[in-house]
Amino acid sequence: MTTVHEPPTEPSQLPGGVSPAPLRSRLSRLVPRQRHVPVLATLALFLVMYGSGIANYEGFSDTQVLLNVFIDNAFLLVVAVGMTFVILTGGIDLSVGAAVALTTMIVAELLQKGWPPAVVLPAVLLLGVLFGTGMGAIIHLFDIEPFIATLAGMFLCRGLSYVIATESIPITDSFWTNVANQKIKFGGFHVSVSVVVAAVVVLVAAYVLAYTRFGRSVYALGGNRQSALLMGLAVGRTRIGVYAISGFCSALGGVLLSFYMLSGYGQHAQGMELDAIAAVVIGGTVLTGGSGFVFGTVLGVLVLGLIQTLITFQGNLSSWWTKIFIGALLFAFIVLQRAVGRRTS
Amino acid sequence: MTARLAAARQHPLFWPAVVLVALLAVNTVYSHGFLSIELRDGHLYGSPVDILRASAPLALVAVGMTLVIATGGIDLSVGSVVAITGALACLRISKLDDQNSVGGVLVAVAVALVLSVILGGWNGLLVARFGIQPIIGTLILMVAGRGIAQLITDGQVLTINSDPYQKIGAGYWLGLPLSVLIAAAVIGATIAVLRRSALGMLLESVGGNAEASRLAGIKARWLKFAVYAFSGLCAGIAGLMISANVRSADGNQAGLLIELDAILAVVIGGTALIGGRFAVLGTVLGAVIIKTLDITVYTVGIPPEVKLLFKALVVIVLCLAQSAAFRAWISRRRPRPARVAELDKDDEKAGALA
Repeated sequence: MTTVHEPPTEPSQLPGGVSPAPLRSRLSRLVPRQRHVPVLATLALFLVMYGSGIANYEGFSDTQVLLNVFIDNAFLLVVAVGMTFVILTGGIDLSVGAAVALTTMIVAELLQKGWPPAVVLPAVLLLGVLFGTGMGAIIHLFDIEPFIATLAGMFLCRGLSYVIATESIPITDSFWTNVANQKIKFGGFHVSVSVVVAAVVVLVAAYVLAYTRFGRSVYALGGNRQSALLMGLAVGRTRIGVYAISGFCSALGGVLLSFYMLSGYGQHAQGMELDAIAAVVIGGTVLTGGSGFVFGTVLGVLVLGLIQTLITFQGNLSSWWTKIFIGALLFAFIVLQRAVGRRTS
Repeated sequence: MTARLAAARQHPLFWPAVVLVALLAVNTVYSHGFLSIELRDGHLYGSPVDILRASAPLALVAVGMTLVIATGGIDLSVGSVVAITGALACLRISKLDDQNSVGGVLVAVAVALVLSVILGGWNGLLVARFGIQPIIGTLILMVAGRGIAQLITDGQVLTINSDPYQKIGAGYWLGLPLSVLIAAAVIGATIAVLRRSALGMLLESVGGNAEASRLAGIKARWLKFAVYAFSGLCAGIAGLMISANVRSADGNQAGLLIELDAILAVVIGGTALIGGRFAVLGTVLGAVIIKTLDITVYTVGIPPEVKLLFKALVVIVLCLAQSAAFRAWISRRRPRPARVAELDKDDEKAGALA
C-alpha cells in the first residue's frame, strides 16, 4: 500500500525530453500498477482540489481545515469502510443510512432511560452486527437480491426509529457529552475522538482485506463467485460476513454521529447510503466487486468533504452545487475507470 | 390441494394478487364502505379510485423501470427526473403572463417532457454506448439531478396557479381521474407495442444475454438506449402529475425515494432484477399494492410512524414467498447450493415466461 502515498506518475505526465530507454528500469518501479491507478487518480484529484483551495482562499492552508474535514466526516468514513467490504463482494447495502439513524435513536432512548453507557455502547454495536448478519443470511440463504433485501432493511430501520419516537431525543449523558467535547490536541491542532476511532477502523479494515483469509475471500468472491465456490472458499460465510461488517460499521457510525449531533433522530443520515456508495466509487472500488482499496474509500470521503469545504469557503454558491459537483465527479471517475479498464483489455 | 390451485400458484401474478386481495380485505374489515364507489358531480369517488389515483405516477415510473430491468439494467435517476421535469414545467408556467393559457401550459409540458427524454437518453448513452454499469451510470443523474432541480427552482418551493396544468394531476375526464387515464393509456400502449410486436421478446433477449443478442443480429445497444429514454419519459410524465397535483414544484422533496418504490413494484410484480423477463401488468399490480399499503396504514389506524415498518415486513414476506430457495427451505428441505440455484436461474431466463 505504500505506493498510495506517492504522487501519480503516469508515463504521459513525465516531463518530455528525457530519453526513456536508460530510465525505463528505474521508472518501471515508479509506474503504478494497474489496480492502483484509480486510487492514485483520486489522490491526484484530491491534491489538485486542496491546492486550488489554498491558492484561492485565505486561511485554507491551515492544517486544521483539513482536520475539520475528518472531524465532520468521521461517521461517513466508518460507514463507507463497511460499504467497501460489501461492494468488494459485488453486493450493495442500502440500509446503512437508516441503520445509522436507528443507532442514534436507540442510544438516545436508552441513555434517557438511565442505562449506563458501558452497556449501551456494546449493545448497539452488537445489534448492528446482528442486523447485518440477518440481512446477509436472507441474501445468501434465500437467494434474494442484495438491493431488495437491504432496501427492506432500510425501511425496517427507519420504521423502527420512528416507532421509538418521531421527535428528536437529546443526549445529556455525561460520558457521551464528555467524549463529544473531548479534543485530542497535538501541536496546536485538534481532532475529535471520532476521528481516532475512524482511523482505527480504517487501519483494521485495510489489514483484514490485505492480509487475512477472510479479506482475500472477499476479493475472490467479488472477482468471480463461481470460481470462489469451486476453489473451496467459504462463500456463504464471507458473503454473510461482509453484511455483518457493514452492519457493525453502520452501528459504529451511528454512535459517532450521536457524539457529533448529541441527539437521536429518525431523520438523521438521510441519503447517507448514497454518500457512502459515491465515496467508495470515487475511491476507485469497482461496483461489480473484486477490485478496490480501503484507502481509496478514505480518499473518496475526503474528496466529498473537501467539496463541501470549498463551497463553504467560496461562500456565494448554494448548497445544491455540492450535489451537482459530486455528480460530475462521479461521472469523471467512472469514465476514467472505463478508460483504464479498456487499456488493459 | 387441487390441480387447478397448484396451477394458479405457478402463475407469476399469484402471490402479488393474494397480497392485494388480503390488503383490500383488511381495509374492508376496518372500514365497511371501503370498496364502494359513488358518482358525485359526475366524478367517481371512493377509496378504490383514490388508490388508483395515488398509484398512477408510481405505476408509470415503475413501468419504465420494468423495461430497463428487463434488459438487465436499473434506473436510479427516476426520482431526480421527476423533480426536474416538475420544476421545469412549473418554472415555465410561472413565467407566463396568463398562467391559465392552455397553449402556454402545453408548451411547458412539451419542453419538460423533451427534457425528460434527454435525461433518460443521457443514462442510455452512459450504459449502452460507454458500457458503464447501470447502477452507477444512473447514480450520477440521481445525485446531480437533485441539485439541478433545486437549481431550477432556486432552492424554493415553486408555487403556480394554473388550472389547465393542475388538470394533469387532479382533473377528471368522463368521471375518471385524468392522471389514471393518462397512465392507463401510456401503459396500455406500452403493452400493446411490446407484446403485439417482437419488441418485448427482443428486450428479454437483450436482458438474457446482450452479447448473444447482438451476435444474433439484434441491435442490443439501441434497445438499451431506448429503454432508458423511455424510462426518462415515464418519470417525466409522472413528475408532471405529481407537481400538477400539488400545484407546486419542490426540487428537494418531489419524487424522493420513488426509485425505490418503483423497483419494489417491479420486483413484487414478478420481474427478476437480473433481467431477461418482465411482466408489465405485474408491475402495475405491484404499484397498486404499494399504494394500497399506504392507504391501509391510515384505514387500519396504524400510526404513520409504523408505516415504514409495516412496509418492510410486507416486502420481506413477499420476497421470501417468491424465493424458490425459501419455499424449498419451508418444505423442510435444505436450501439448494448456490451453484444449482444459479443454473436454475439460467434455465428460467432461457424459458423467458411472460
